[in-house]
Amino acid sequence: MNFVERTLSSFVNAMERALYAEEHAKADGLLQRLDPRIKVIGILLVVIAAAMAHKLWVIGAAFAIALILAVSSRVSLAILTKRVWLPVLLFTGIIALPAPLVISGREVWRLPWLGWPLTAQGLASASYLVTRVETAATLSVLLILCTPWSHVLKALRVLGVPVLFVVILGMAYRYIFLLLESAHDMLESRRSRMVGELPGPERRRLAAASVGVLMSKTLQMSGDVYSAMLARGFRGEVYVLDDFKTARLDWIMLAVFVALASGVFYCGR
Amino acid sequence: MHIPDGYLSPSTCAVLYGASVPFWYVALRRVKKFLATRLVPLLSVVAALAFVIMMFNLPLPGGTTGHAVGVAIATIILGPWASILAISIALLIQAAFFGDGGITTLGANCFNMAIVGSLVSYAVYRVAAGRTALTSSRRVVAAALAGYTAINAAAFCAAVEFGIQPLFFKDPNGAPLYAPYALSIAIPAMMIGHLTFAGLAELVLSAGVVAYFQRTDTSLLKLTAPGALPADQESRPAPSQSTWSTVRPLATALALLLALTPLGILAVGTAWGEWSARDFSNPHTREKIAAASRNAAPPVRAPHGLERLYSVWTAPFPQYAPAFVRRPAVGYALSATFGSGMIILVFLIAGSLAFRGRRQSSSAGSNMTAASDPTPIPASRDPALPKGEG
Repeated sequence: MNFVERTLSSFVNAMERALYAEEHAKADGLLQRLDPRIKVIGILLVVIAAAMAHKLWVIGAAFAIALILAVSSRVSLAILTKRVWLPVLLFTGIIALPAPLVISGREVWRLPWLGWPLTAQGLASASYLVTRVETAATLSVLLILCTPWSHVLKALRVLGVPVLFVVILGMAYRYIFLLLESAHDMLESRRSRMVGELPGPERRRLAAASVGVLMSKTLQMSGDVYSAMLARGFRGEVYVLDDFKTARLDWIMLAVFVALASGVFYCGR
Repeated sequence: MHIPDGYLSPSTCAVLYGASVPFWYVALRRVKKFLATRLVPLLSVVAALAFVIMMFNLPLPGGTTGHAVGVAIATIILGPWASILAISIALLIQAAFFGDGGITTLGANCFNMAIVGSLVSYAVYRVAAGRTALTSSRRVVAAALAGYTAINAAAFCAAVEFGIQPLFFKDPNGAPLYAPYALSIAIPAMMIGHLTFAGLAELVLSAGVVAYFQRTDTSLLKLTAPGALPADQESRPAPSQSTWSTVRPLATALALLLALTPLGILAVGTAWGEWSARDFSNPHTREKIAAASRNAAPPVRAPHGLERLYSVWTAPFPQYAPAFVRRPAVGYALSATFGSGMIILVFLIAGSLAFRGRRQSSSAGSNMTAASDPTPIPASRDPALPKGEG
């Protein structure tokens, strides 16, 4: 599969992921019912507490919290396995694999054929890394799967992110998909005219020219977007319509999140 | 090299967020000043573009493919400050929505790729491209170099961030809590992959896109080429200017100071905080340390960390005293001359690269002007002005 096809498939994956997230955000689960601001604060607190933990069982407890949240929000564990747990295990697992051999410490076991010693500290370190990454990844994926992206952005305001950034982030997100489609069509049309293999320098020129064309189109598009905004009365001030209302469940869950995060932090010191 | 959550300790993440904030602030102010109301649409669309570029699978020499960040291209077309913002926004969307890179480590990723990447690529591009014409092939080489250096600088920062984790963050049994590999493993591991594939991908992309714009629309390259000569003037040699008259007083002052440097030996003792590991065991220097520290006695021997890291680097001329010179005064003056000579040489090389065409008539000339801020987007590229069709 040549680079055009690989690029095309990565575009398609990205678009699929967005559609998938939107579906989940509409389901009727615990996290979906909460105010996005509570979710952002609560999940962030648990992620930070898990990041600060110095004990393996505490990180495991945070992971269990993530599991409970996933199940109560009707996110299937099979999907989590496929999209989060396996990729993280593969990526971080490979990085952590040499740790028991490389980190010095108390020897625990020797590999049968090669005789290389595995240390307790190395095994502990590898476990810390893998469990921490899995926990953080699960929690952040839950936040995104159970909340429409536009709500996540508006909720960022409560963390002190300036309105300007929230607006730019929202627009950038929308235009990502527009650009993905444009780039997809461009490469697809090129691919449909390709017979046989291009030599190396030609391939590189094609890739660079595709990016160049995309850049020119982008800069032109920004001018059009700007004119459209001006025509609708934009004069530089940005506003965000905040229509979140908190219910009793939100405050209860916020208390639960704070209690859980404090527990994880306290036990993990 | 998007760092996921869990690899860096919360304190490292907090420090890197803190380090990124001033750059974001300055970048926002500068970009706002130049773009005003055009800021929102331009930055949004360019951030989206940066995101899409990061998804491109680029063919590399040798048959492999790689991914580029596009930081050098963003810097060359838009200037370093807009590039910092656009890439940071793209990284945030990647981290939050696509899970590529962590949320706690977003500050670190932005610092490495957006901030260090943009500033390094800008510096390298400006120095390497000099004042050559927009269509010159030297600009393509400069762009390639800028991309390659920027990615490797970012990778080096990430490697250092990884490598210091086991130094500072261990559990009571000594097991590293975050990234487990020390600098001696982290740096080679990161740099090998980036000096080869990732650096090559960035190089190919940067050079390719600049070459593309040289063929189609050179106005897009104008922002980061403020002194570019028009194409026809390049072959004419510029009139040589003697800079010796302006530099002569400075050179005289420097020569005088070099002659006076041995006076520095008259100052006895070691500055506070510049002791060696051995000084802690020497009773004579221990007295001096205590006397300079409000009579607080130093520890019986050098602290473990100090002792371990003290000899990380062995200088060629330790304490300004080259081994082959017997008189300390002569060694001191020699070191001063050597050091000043090296600094002047570096600036001469950089100056001759950046200002090609101006012949220097003496070796002591240093005629680099301070790098100016990128000019605002020129009127020909102003997206707000009405353009022709298509």
